[in-house]
Amino acid sequence: MHNVHPIPVQKTPTHNLEELEMTRFILTTALAATLAMPAFAVQPAEGETLAENQTYTYWLLDAIKSLDPAKNTDVEGSDALRSLFEGLMNEDAQGNMVPGVAEEYEVSDDGLTYTFKLREAKWSDGSPVTADDFVFAWQRVVTPATASEYAWYMELMNVANATQIIAGEMDPAELGVRALDDRTLEVTLTAPTPYFLNTLSHATTFPVPRAVVEEHGDNWTRPGTLVGNGAFTLASHNLGVEIVFQKNPEYWDADNVVMETVRGVTVNDNNVALTRYQAGELDRVQIPAGQFPRLSEQFPDQAVSVPYGCSYAYVFNLSDKGPEVLKDQRVREAMALSLNREVMVDQILQGGQRPAYTWTHWAINGFAAPEGGMDDMPYEARLERARELLEEAGYGPQNPVRLTLQYNTDENHRLLAIAAQQFWRPLGIEITLNNVEWAVHTDRLQNQDFEIARYAWCADYNEASTFLDWFRTDGYNSGKWSNAEFDEILAEARTAEDTTPLYRRAEEILAEEVPAVWVYHYAKVDMINPAIRGLPRENLLNTWYAKDLYRVAE
Amino acid sequence: MFGYVLRRLAVAIPTLLLLIVFSFILMSLAPGGPFTGERALPPAVLANLEAQYGLNEPLWRQIWNYVWNIVVHFDFGPSFVYPDRSVNELIAAGFPVTLTYGALSFLVAVVLGVSLGIVAAIWHNSWLDYLAVGVSIGAQVLPNFVMAPLLVLVFTLWYRLLPGGGWSFNDPSFWIMPVIALSTSYMASIARITRSSMLEVLGSNHIRTARAKGMPEHRVILRHALKPAMLPVISYLGPVFVSMITGSVVIDIYFSTGGIGKAFVDSALNRDYAVMMGVTILVGALTILFNLLVDVLYAWIDPKIRY
Repeated sequence: MHNVHPIPVQKTPTHNLEELEMTRFILTTALAATLAMPAFAVQPAEGETLAENQTYTYWLLDAIKSLDPAKNTDVEGSDALRSLFEGLMNEDAQGNMVPGVAEEYEVSDDGLTYTFKLREAKWSDGSPVTADDFVFAWQRVVTPATASEYAWYMELMNVANATQIIAGEMDPAELGVRALDDRTLEVTLTAPTPYFLNTLSHATTFPVPRAVVEEHGDNWTRPGTLVGNGAFTLASHNLGVEIVFQKNPEYWDADNVVMETVRGVTVNDNNVALTRYQAGELDRVQIPAGQFPRLSEQFPDQAVSVPYGCSYAYVFNLSDKGPEVLKDQRVREAMALSLNREVMVDQILQGGQRPAYTWTHWAINGFAAPEGGMDDMPYEARLERARELLEEAGYGPQNPVRLTLQYNTDENHRLLAIAAQQFWRPLGIEITLNNVEWAVHTDRLQNQDFEIARYAWCADYNEASTFLDWFRTDGYNSGKWSNAEFDEILAEARTAEDTTPLYRRAEEILAEEVPAVWVYHYAKVDMINPAIRGLPRENLLNTWYAKDLYRVAE
Repeated sequence: MFGYVLRRLAVAIPTLLLLIVFSFILMSLAPGGPFTGERALPPAVLANLEAQYGLNEPLWRQIWNYVWNIVVHFDFGPSFVYPDRSVNELIAAGFPVTLTYGALSFLVAVVLGVSLGIVAAIWHNSWLDYLAVGVSIGAQVLPNFVMAPLLVLVFTLWYRLLPGGGWSFNDPSFWIMPVIALSTSYMASIARITRSSMLEVLGSNHIRTARAKGMPEHRVILRHALKPAMLPVISYLGPVFVSMITGSVVIDIYFSTGGIGKAFVDSALNRDYAVMMGVTILVGALTILFNLLVDVLYAWIDPKIRY
């Protein structure tokens, strides 16, 4: 039994808490908007008593590959980096941008220059966090010798000259980021970028301590050496086994951080991880596929399913290397119509995922799906229409379409592909399944060396363009579909006041031309110890901050 | 004998070089690379990465540089997937773990397996024999990927006796389940080989002579039967020892030990070329070394063998 120490509840003053939401208003009216933005860590609610032992242990599927903000490439690494470092912006439980190191900011009339006023913050070694630390970090990301896989993120942010520096045509010092003084940072963009502020909570943009990085080189991310400005410090890191974070007393808001120790424990097998969660070794674990119905019945207070910003699709290869039959829009449409996503979601995935009829995830901010699409048709009518279309195109059970569906090794991908094969077969679409390992799959996707391929995309930020950009003519677009109107709409959306109708129209074009069959929108399905509070459930990107967590007495 | 060992060691060097060259070529032929992902990298970013890791050089040059760095600096290069770490560091972190649970498992497997085999052979066709054979068949048919999660279920969830995974050099409670899971099927094989070889030896002429001279049975077994009966076991143990100390993917995955077995498989799947090469060389060198050791042991056990 723990001793219980009730902590007086601190109420966050609400009258001056202006939520910093990225709105079009700021850009289009182009006022030099100065927002005062106080921000506090999440606090225990009234009536909750804190546990004496403030420890949170979460599950990692694999080893954390890098703790260098410039070199991190994955979600697990980003989660760790948000504890160790803090960027200009943080996210709240709903995914809204709230101030991090930036206290306030101004945007120029043309939307091209952002000036951030930094708060008085310290590195974990006690030295001040300065604007120069951001300049150094951002320049480091684009410097070719750093070999940052995420260098493109600075291009996505439209930071001036990023592209030229990455290509080796310009000096990293020319990057559009300057320290006006120790606590003023100016960023210059190449184009007005509506989602710019949303990119600032990403680990790639976090500051790094110049002196430490220059002294220790590649070894600067080791425990004992790593210096960060986040709410936690790196206590130990046993690669592929365990990573431990301790509360950082130098953090500017340390008074409001309740959690003392955070541990990430690697368990390479999801089922074993679930067993260890049940044995009390972990506070949070992903639920293995298919087990959500059972667990949510058994542990309704622990099994949680929340929307997660990724979409799953079967992409058609429409390039010159693709099969001739797929260039017939009627065939593609018939395939989209006849895929019974409801069965795939309800019978195979069973974890609160949703059938997809748009590429953009349904829960993306400000997104409204087009109406009157195939999702409004009863499945029987859809099948009927699919048969007609195929017949018009000259195909049917007597003269079947033969195609290969490629997917990477994974039990769920396999089951879904088999289901798809069964839905298409009665119409006269014979699918050969082709299972390849991950590296081969992505290599073939990038070289248009496939017919139909399983694909999933996860949002970089909470706005529809993160999905729709994929299908731009010069987007990732593995199937090489191209549509001039679609490209124009997305270009227009960059500066538009109200993007909702534009994105809806873009989805309509995708629904008409069917460059891919949408399958489902992800959900994040987890077991969470009910004593752990402060984990966001409405943040579509599942961006969580250890500083916001606390453990209540059981 | 000494000359023979020296000659074998001299042959090992070109063998390792051939291994490096072939692995390197095969690796570069595999589709994809360390930087292919869901998101195709912009060409400029990819070019910077390849230049940084020397992947833009012609293949022969890459192999040359690689071998040169190993011979001159004992540097196995940087990991592509773990950019904060070098291959030397990754192996230095993972290999001791694998070596610990691998060597322990080997010990357990040999001691139990040989004892079980001898018992079964001596009391051939008795209930002891059936029990021993039953145990070893049971251990063999229960693959470790079934046994490992089962162990976690029993010892961690039900009885709360052992940690469900992870690793610590200071706390043997982390070692127990990996050792059980890894050793059982090897133990079973060793028991079977020992039993049949022991049975064969026990029926041979020199044993009959020893018994005819009135030698006590325990001396017959320990002095005259055991040594020749061990020959087939030892030839089996050489490669087994190497594969045990260089790790098991299954053990590493289910018990999250941070060992080198999983690192090896991951490096192949992730196309982490340098890590893959590093572990290949490690396994190759150990295999050569232990095959040599087995041959030397042979000569020691069987005086008829001369090199």
